[in-house]
Amino acid sequence: MPNAIESVSGNGQVSTEVAEPRIVGFFCTWCTYLAADLAGTSRIKYAPNVRVIRVMCSGRIDPQFVLDAFAHGADGVLIGGCHPGDCHYQQGNYNCLRRARLLKRVLEQFGIEEERFRLEWISAAEGDRVRVVIDDMVEKLRKLGPLQLKRGPALVRGGSGEQVPQEVGV
Amino acid sequence: MTREKPKIAFYWCASCGGCEEAVVDVAEQILDVVAAADIVFWPVALDFKRSDVEQMPDGSILATFLNGAIRTSEQEEMAGLLRRKSKYLVAFGSCSHLGGIPGLANFFTRESILQAVYFDAPTTENPDRVMPGLPLNDRHGELTLPYFSDRVRSLDQVVEVDYYVPGCPPQPKIVTRAVLTLLGEHPPTKGSVLAPDEALCTECPRKDSKPDKIALKAFRRPQEIQIDETQCLLAQGLLCLGPATRAGCEARCVEGNMPCTGCCGAPGRVREQGAKALSAIASLIDSQDESEIDQILATIPDPAGTFYRYSLPASLIHNKRGV
Amino acid sequence: MPDAHNPDTPPRIGVYVCHCGTNIAATIDVPALAEYAAGLPDVVVAREYKYMCSDPGQELIRQDIREHNLTRIVVASCSPLMHEPTFRGALVRAGINAFFLQMVNIREHVSWVHTNKEEATAKAKDLVRAAVRRVRLHKPLEKRRVEIKPEVLVVGGGIAGIHAALTIANSGKHVYLVERQPTIGGHMALFDKTFPTLDCAACILTPKMTAVGSHPNITLWTYAEVAAVEGYVGNYKVKVRHKPRYIVEDLCIGCQECVEACVYKEGRWADEFNLGLSKRKPIYLPFPQAVPQKVLIDPEACIEFKSHKCKKTCVEACGERKAIDFKQEASTEEIDVGSIIVSTGFKTFAAHRNACYGYGVYPNVYTSLEVERLVNASGPTSGEIVLRDGTTPKMVGIIHCVGSRDHNTNRWCSKVCCMYSLKLAHLIRERTGAEVYNFYIDMRTPGKGYEEFYDRLLDEGVHFIRGRVAEVADWPIHPSEEGKLVIRAEDTLAGFVRRIPVDMVVLSVGLEPQSDARDVRRLFNISCSEEGWFLERHPKLAPVSTFTDGVFIAGACQGPKDIPDSVAQAGAAAAEAMALADAKYVELEPYTAHVIEDACSGCKTCLTICPYTAIAFVEETKKARVNEVLCKGCGTCAATCPSGSIEQNLFEDQEIFEEVEGLLAYA
Repeated sequence: MPNAIESVSGNGQVSTEVAEPRIVGFFCTWCTYLAADLAGTSRIKYAPNVRVIRVMCSGRIDPQFVLDAFAHGADGVLIGGCHPGDCHYQQGNYNCLRRARLLKRVLEQFGIEEERFRLEWISAAEGDRVRVVIDDMVEKLRKLGPLQLKRGPALVRGGSGEQVPQEVGV
Repeated sequence: MTREKPKIAFYWCASCGGCEEAVVDVAEQILDVVAAADIVFWPVALDFKRSDVEQMPDGSILATFLNGAIRTSEQEEMAGLLRRKSKYLVAFGSCSHLGGIPGLANFFTRESILQAVYFDAPTTENPDRVMPGLPLNDRHGELTLPYFSDRVRSLDQVVEVDYYVPGCPPQPKIVTRAVLTLLGEHPPTKGSVLAPDEALCTECPRKDSKPDKIALKAFRRPQEIQIDETQCLLAQGLLCLGPATRAGCEARCVEGNMPCTGCCGAPGRVREQGAKALSAIASLIDSQDESEIDQILATIPDPAGTFYRYSLPASLIHNKRGV
Repeated sequence: MPDAHNPDTPPRIGVYVCHCGTNIAATIDVPALAEYAAGLPDVVVAREYKYMCSDPGQELIRQDIREHNLTRIVVASCSPLMHEPTFRGALVRAGINAFFLQMVNIREHVSWVHTNKEEATAKAKDLVRAAVRRVRLHKPLEKRRVEIKPEVLVVGGGIAGIHAALTIANSGKHVYLVERQPTIGGHMALFDKTFPTLDCAACILTPKMTAVGSHPNITLWTYAEVAAVEGYVGNYKVKVRHKPRYIVEDLCIGCQECVEACVYKEGRWADEFNLGLSKRKPIYLPFPQAVPQKVLIDPEACIEFKSHKCKKTCVEACGERKAIDFKQEASTEEIDVGSIIVSTGFKTFAAHRNACYGYGVYPNVYTSLEVERLVNASGPTSGEIVLRDGTTPKMVGIIHCVGSRDHNTNRWCSKVCCMYSLKLAHLIRERTGAEVYNFYIDMRTPGKGYEEFYDRLLDEGVHFIRGRVAEVADWPIHPSEEGKLVIRAEDTLAGFVRRIPVDMVVLSVGLEPQSDARDVRRLFNISCSEEGWFLERHPKLAPVSTFTDGVFIAGACQGPKDIPDSVAQAGAAAAEAMALADAKYVELEPYTAHVIEDACSGCKTCLTICPYTAIAFVEETKKARVNEVLCKGCGTCAATCPSGSIEQNLFEDQEIFEEVEGLLAYA
C-alpha cells in the first residue's frame, strides 16, 4: 500500500488509512456533462472522487486551470469533451486535444505521472462510460498515491551512480 | 541648506551578472540617477561591506534593486537584510522576478545537481571525492559554506517585494523609467511590474507581417532554417513567445532576428506565462489527428524548458501546497 | 438595499439546498450541507427545502433576496441543464440579475451516483463551496435578442416530414421539404394496409402527398440532400444539393410517354420501390402515386449515358415539352430558415446478417417489407401473394424479432414488428387461406386497439408459437417436410422443440438508424444515442427538441415508432417550430467572448482558432474584436489568448480559478 498514511491514534493503535485521490473534472456542457447527468438519471454508481466543473466546450479549458488544480491539491485532472468530429462548436475539442497533448509532456517534465492527467471523449449518450473512466482513473491514482512532483534523477547521462551524502553542505 | 538625497542600493544573488551590466548600460542616463540619488550599496562596483548595510537604520534606503534568484542561505539572509533596510524592495531582472534561468535547476534535486557537478560531469576531475563540507574550525574560528538549498526561488518567495523590473536583463529604457518613477512623487501600486501591461506583439516591428491564420506542420529551431528578417517568426514556425510575454523591451530579440524567449514574464492578466504560451502555440498546429499532433509536437524537444524558461520557480506547480 | 450590480459591494450570498423529495436527501445529509454552507464566507442565509423548484421553494428565494438584500444565489439541487432557467426566473422576479445564480448539481452528479452518505455529503460540500466562491464574481449579463426567420426546413419526406410540413404550411409559414429519394412517401408508401384498423395506407397517405406537392407554402425538393448547415437558431443558412434526375422538373408533366417509348420494351433493372421484386426501365416514375409526378433517368442503365448511341425515343416522345436533359448536372441552392425539423426515418435490419434464417439463400425466405409489397394491390404481383415460382403458399411462418431484442445484432425492441406481423398474418390468411405460424418472443401490443387486434387474430386461427427460432433449413427428416422450408424453434410454452414445415418464411425485420445517421447528425449538430438514434433534449419534457436550439426531430429517426406516434411527434415538432417563428425573436445565452481592447496585443492567435470566424483583426486599432452575433460562446479563444485579453461571459478565468480552488480548499 504505497500511499498509506500511518498514524498512531490516542489508544496507541496504529491505523492505516488510504488517502483518497482528489480529481478535478472539466466537462463540456454538451457531451460529457450530459453524459454525467445521464449516469445520474440511470442511477449508475461510481467513485465519488471527481468534482466536476462545467464549461461550455472542452476548448475553453485553459492549461492554467489544470495547473491551478494540481497546485491546489488535485491528484488528478480529468477533461471530458465530445468525440472528434462531434464538437457542439465544430472545432473546440480539437483545440483541447492539441493543448492537452502538449500539456501532457510539460506535466511529465514537472514530475506529474501521465495517469494523473486524462482527456476522454464521452458523448452525451455514454453515461456508463463516465463510470468506467472515473472508476479506472480513481483506481490508478490510488495506486500512485498523492501527487509528489518527482524530479529528474540525473543530470549527466551515464554518471558514476555514486551517491551524494545527505549531510553535504549542511 | 541641501536636502539629503534619497539612497538607493543594488545587489545580486543567483545571477549571471548581466543585470549589473544592464545598470551600466543605462550609460549617461546613469548621471540622472546619480544626480537624483545616492548609491549606498553596490558590491559589484563599489566597496561596501555587509556590515555597512547592517549599520543603516531600518527603512533608510529608498529602493534596493536586487537581481538574481535565491538559492543559498547567504542570498536569503541578504535579501532579508535589504528588505529591512529598504522602503521599496525591487526584484530586478528575470531571476529575481520569476526565478529565471537558474530556476530551471528546479527540474532536478539538489543531490543530483551536486552529483553532476562534483562527480559526473565530463570536465570534473575530483580523485579525492571532495565535496562542499561540514563546518570547519581553523584559526579564524568556525567557517561554514552557505547552504545550497533544494530549490531556486524568486525574490518574492523569500521576502516581500514592492515592485518588479522585468527582463533578462532589463532594457535601459525600462531601468531608467523604473528608477525615476520610484524617486518621483507618485509611486505605482505595490506589486506592479514596471513595464507596459500588454504583450510584446504590440511593439514588434514584424507585427504587420503576421498572417490572420497560422497552421504549422512542424516547429523549427533557429539553427534549422534561413530566417526571413521581415516576416513574423511564428509564421516561420519558430517558437516566438512574444504573444505571451510582457512588452517593454521593444522586441530586441526579434530585432536581432531571433524569437522572443519570454524573459519579461506574462502580462498582468495571465497567471502562468508557460501555460498560456503553451496554449497559444498548440493552437497553431495544423492537424486534428492525435498521432500527427504528437509528431508535430515532437519538434519541440523540451516544452517545459521552452515555455517556462524564465518562470519555473514562479510557476503554479512550483508553489504547490506542501512541496 | 445594496447595489447588487456594483462590483465594490460585498456580496451577500444565499444558499438553497434541495431535498428533491428523497432523491437528494436519501444520500446527502442535507441539513449538514446547509449548515456547512451557512458558515462559508459571504453567505448570509443558507436554507434547505423539500422541493426548491416548486413555487413555495422559489418564493423562499425571492423573499430572502428582498428581506436579506441578497446579491448572489447558489442553488444546490439538480443539473443546471434541468432547472437553471427556473431559478434564474426567480432571481429576475426578485429584482436581481438572472446571472447572479450558480447551480450545484448534487442530484445527477452526487446523490444518484454515489451510495456512501458521508462521501456524498463531503463531495456536495466541496461543490457548494466552489459555487459560493465562484458566484461572488458573477457579473450582470443580458441575453441577446435575435430575430427568427419564419421559414422552416423539413428534412425527410416520410409520413413524419409530410405531416410536419403540412401542419406548418397550413399555418401560413413557408416550408422547404427536402427528400433524397425521387419521391416523398417514405416507408409508409410501401404498405398496403396499416394496423390495427387495416385502412388502406395509400388512401390515407396519397392525399397528404398530393397536398404537399401542390401546397403554395411548400417548396418541395425531391432527389435533393442537405449539404451544409450554418448559423444558429432563427437564422440558419442551409445549402441543398439537387442531384440530377436528367429531367427538367418544371417541364415534365408526368405523362410517362417517355417511359412507354423507351427503347427497352420491358423493364430490366431492379425496381427500388418494389425492393427488387419487379423490374423497371432506365427512365421511370418511382411508383404510380409518386409526388412529384416527374420521371427520372437512371444513368447507370440508360444507353445514351453509356454509348451516346441511343435512338432517344424518349426524347422523341417528350416532343415539344423538351423535359429530358441528358446534360443536367448537380446544383446547389442556399436557403435561409429559422428552424429545422429532421425527420430522416429509419432503415430495416439487413436480414442476411442473421445467417440462421436463410435469407438470400432460400428464395422463399422474405423480409416483411418484401411481403408488404407482395400484399400491396399496386405491388409487383398486384396484391397476389405468390412465391417466386408463382405458386401460392399453403403454410407460412412469420419469425418475429429479426434484428431486434438480440444481443448479437440489435438489443432494442423495434416496437412495430409484433403489430405489422399480425397485420401480415391476417392479410396472408385472408388472401390465401394458408396456415400462418407466428414465432414470437413476447407479444407486445400496447396501443389503442392493438391488443384487440391480437385477439382477433387468435380467433382467425393464426398459430402462435412462443419461442425464438433457431434456424430455417431445407433438410427434411420426415416425408411431410420434403420440398419445404423447416422452421425449428423451441416452443417455450409447450416445452419442446418444434419443426414446422412451411412454403414461405417471413422475417419480421427490426428498425435501425439510417446508415448515414451519424453524418446527418453532424450536419445538424445534434447528438445521437450509442445505437445511432437521434437524441432528444429530454426524453419526457422535450421529446422533439435537440441540444441545438431550433433543430427538432420527428419520426423514427429518434427511435422505432409506428405511424400514429410518428405523426404525433411530427405535429409536436411542427408546433415547436411554429412557436419559435411566432415568437419572432429568440433570446440567446450571453456566454459570448469579448476582447479587452487595452490588453490585446493584436497577436491574432484567436483568429486562427475561432470556428465561426467571429473574431476579426481591426486594422485601425491593430487589435482583435469579437463579433458577438457570430460568436456562439464556446470560449476556445479565451483559453487560447496568450495575453489573457479575451473574456468569456460567465466563464471568466477568475470565475473558473475560484471554482477550482474552492473545490480543493478542503476544510
